[in-house]
Amino acid sequence: MFQLRTQAPEYKPDPYGKVEVAGPSDYPYRLNFYDDPPTHMVTLEEFESCAIDRLRVLGEIEACFARNRPPDERKAIVRAQCRKYLPLDPNDSLSRAQFEQRKKDHVGHFVLRLAFCRSEELRRRFIKAELELFRVRYEEELDSELESFLKTRSFGLELVDDAEKMKYAELLKDANPKNYVSFSKKVPPKDLAKERFYKVRWTRVPDLVEHRKVLVKGGWAYVPASEQSSIVFNELEAHLKTSLEATAKALPRLDEDTRIVPLLDHLSKGFLAGVPAEWDAEHSGEDIRADMIDDIARKHYPACARNLHENLRRDRHLKHFGRLQYGLFLKGLGLSIEEALLFWRRSFSKFTDDQFNKSYKYNIRHSYGLEGGRRNYPPKSCQQILTQDQPGAGDNHGCPFRHFSTDNLESALLAWYSPHGLTQDDLDEVTKIVKAGHYHVACTRVFELTHAAQGVKKGEGVSGDSVSHPNQYAAKSRELEKTHTESVKMDVDGSGVTMAL
Amino acid sequence: MAMQDFDHTAPEVILSFYRHLYPFKSVFKWLNHEHTPSRLFTHREIAFSLRGDIYIRYNSFLNADEFKNQTLKYNPERFEIGPVYSARPRDKKTVRPAMFTPQLRELVFDIDMTDYDSIRTCCSGASVCKRCWAFISAAVRVLDAALRDQFGYRHLLWVYSGRRGIHCWVSDDEAMELTDEQRRAVAQYLTVVQGGKEMHKKVNVRPPGRQSGRPWPLPPAVRDALDILTEVFVDLILHDQNLFERDEQWEELLKLIPDPDIAGSLRRAWNMDENLPSEEKWSQIKGKTKDLEKGSPERDTMMAALEDIVLQYTYPRIDAEVSKHRNHLLKAPFCVHPKTGRVCVPVDPTHIDDFDPENVPTVSQLMQELEAGKLQESGEEQGDWERTSLKPYIDMFEAHIINIMNEVRIAKRATDTSW
Ligand SMILES: [Zn+2]
Repeated sequence: MFQLRTQAPEYKPDPYGKVEVAGPSDYPYRLNFYDDPPTHMVTLEEFESCAIDRLRVLGEIEACFARNRPPDERKAIVRAQCRKYLPLDPNDSLSRAQFEQRKKDHVGHFVLRLAFCRSEELRRRFIKAELELFRVRYEEELDSELESFLKTRSFGLELVDDAEKMKYAELLKDANPKNYVSFSKKVPPKDLAKERFYKVRWTRVPDLVEHRKVLVKGGWAYVPASEQSSIVFNELEAHLKTSLEATAKALPRLDEDTRIVPLLDHLSKGFLAGVPAEWDAEHSGEDIRADMIDDIARKHYPACARNLHENLRRDRHLKHFGRLQYGLFLKGLGLSIEEALLFWRRSFSKFTDDQFNKSYKYNIRHSYGLEGGRRNYPPKSCQQILTQDQPGAGDNHGCPFRHFSTDNLESALLAWYSPHGLTQDDLDEVTKIVKAGHYHVACTRVFELTHAAQGVKKGEGVSGDSVSHPNQYAAKSRELEKTHTESVKMDVDGSGVTMAL
Repeated sequence: MAMQDFDHTAPEVILSFYRHLYPFKSVFKWLNHEHTPSRLFTHREIAFSLRGDIYIRYNSFLNADEFKNQTLKYNPERFEIGPVYSARPRDKKTVRPAMFTPQLRELVFDIDMTDYDSIRTCCSGASVCKRCWAFISAAVRVLDAALRDQFGYRHLLWVYSGRRGIHCWVSDDEAMELTDEQRRAVAQYLTVVQGGKEMHKKVNVRPPGRQSGRPWPLPPAVRDALDILTEVFVDLILHDQNLFERDEQWEELLKLIPDPDIAGSLRRAWNMDENLPSEEKWSQIKGKTKDLEKGSPERDTMMAALEDIVLQYTYPRIDAEVSKHRNHLLKAPFCVHPKTGRVCVPVDPTHIDDFDPENVPTVSQLMQELEAGKLQESGEEQGDWERTSLKPYIDMFEAHIINIMNEVRIAKRATDTSW
């Protein structure tokens, strides 16, 4: 039996190595909401291979997120992975492989549910990757097939009638003004009178509400047909969340099958090990002491860390998120917990020992995983700094390229980086990139400009990549300094030898 | 006869306040939504803050009596309310972590005066007066309207935080059930002023780009607020605070003017006239805007900038982190603020403009009232808030609770008869 939704799964592998499953057996569409578990006979080998192939795709999706690839690049990668490991031919294809392909998709999904339901963290990551996979496939689907697929499921959508639509006409337009203006002769503007709107509780489209892309009235969101996909994705997400939690609760009974449990363990470990998403402080080598920080800040910090450092020096204090961002950065730099406590104690010089121990020590120890949940928090990546915990009116954390006004950014960059070769003339180029919204590219350009003396050329970035982590920036800068001084030393020694000859 | 002086930091004063005045029954009903204890109360985390920064988390109680007895036993400086968990918080150590997750929680908001420090002139830091309270009043009016009209919520409780801020608790069923993701969505939707210290223009809510040289309109949600806030801007920022009198403040204002010619000529004029009042400065900006050709992109750009300026100086500045997570703890209503001694009383949002934080009863005052009442009634100890100035606040709280409980009763009756 393979009933995962409401009951504990009961596996009865038969003596010939087959897992018996029962239920409906056809797949009219490529897309699948994965409502019902598979119902076919599956061999243990199939069970494993379906899962592993799907895992390759999901692993690649996670890697894309971790490396902060732009959406288009990500889509292209996911599509390529799908063609290789999880192809799904459309209904009109002559290949006749549809049934086997769709069964593999179906079985793989359900096997991985078993492997990934066992912790909150695994469930979250699995759902995120699965949703991206579904989204890429959804956007690729032919209109005709998509429409009939969506009809298979009632989303409880209420159509907004004409009277109501006209009553809110101006507001509906203002919620999505770009839809009702023509940007080119080829694309005519939408006609509000003809456009369909669905009325759903706002809780079903939190992403649209968050970005104010829908009109919200009395708890109802008025969703234009063009944003319907948001309802579908949110529905799938909610469905996966509840299903995985139900599976997790039912799972202990699986322990009885000794062949499946090690397999599931293996699968989930593979997923976790796959991606180096976080900066690893272990690699930074030599010991850093608290009294070296000022020097390192001047020479090697990216703008975000430099800004926090300068503010800390000036105010002798940082607000919560600033402390968090900077504290984790210092950890990534290689500052031990003892040195970190020393650094923060000296920096917060206007506080008494007592105040410091009471209000700040715990948090610093916590960020090193020594308190509370004992979780070792990784330093924040550019992606996190740019998108999480947006700075409020009096905050210093965040990314200067994104969170400073142009004039303040320019004067800050000049103050910090002109000793390293940044000039007034370079600023135009940098701010232009900022205005286009490519904050990490602007940061990368500053890195190149300020390390030109050490041979870094335009377009070369940080070892070929653009900046994606402040610690990567600082580590590369320090590495360049080291190799540069060594090679200068060698030159001097070399010339000494020549002279002696 | 001399009145006894009560020190609000003295543990025995607080203990006496809990024993005689704190409305445990009402708070129980408010959290529980009905008279018989349900999971809404028995699985709810209460965290005690004891003197000396000792924090006791994951307490939970079977009923109002136990709630009161335990509070008297610990005599905390204050206590906070957390979410309803899938198991009783006090059993946390004995259940599997997967079985102990936050499930329900009021949707909460926190507005604090510190977020307005850069735009108030009357006070700074921890102090707050009736004048700068107007920032909080404006925030309450805007948020209260948004939560009711846009989100359709009805059971909102506004509570003074005891010093310089205000909290809001939304108890509607749908609000209780929101996931963290949904809470984040509401919080972001209601966050309009953004960007750090170094960002001049902190309001960027229009769709990016332009339409034939003009900015896009404000989203409907924000436009609703603008009607309230334009008036607040004139009364509070221009008249009362006279914010743009000082150089650094009007310099900040001019940085928000997109037309460099206008900004330049105003800067020259204002530099010459040191004492030009804010109101006059603002009307000069408006005058320059009106001088531009009607219907021109330049004029529309300026108009949009003026709207954004009003929002930047008056739109509510909520502490979004508090709202985003179900398991965030928030100080319970009717606790005593340890620094001011004032009680965290409910506030009527329809009369928010009349609210004066300095008139909120302090625990010392209440204890004196209680003492006086006791003497009159020949020493009969009857621990009763009815005889103190806490009464109107508890009456307001009770009226709010009755609305919540009525709804639960109607819903229950509907399910009882549905088969
Ligand atoms: Zn004031």
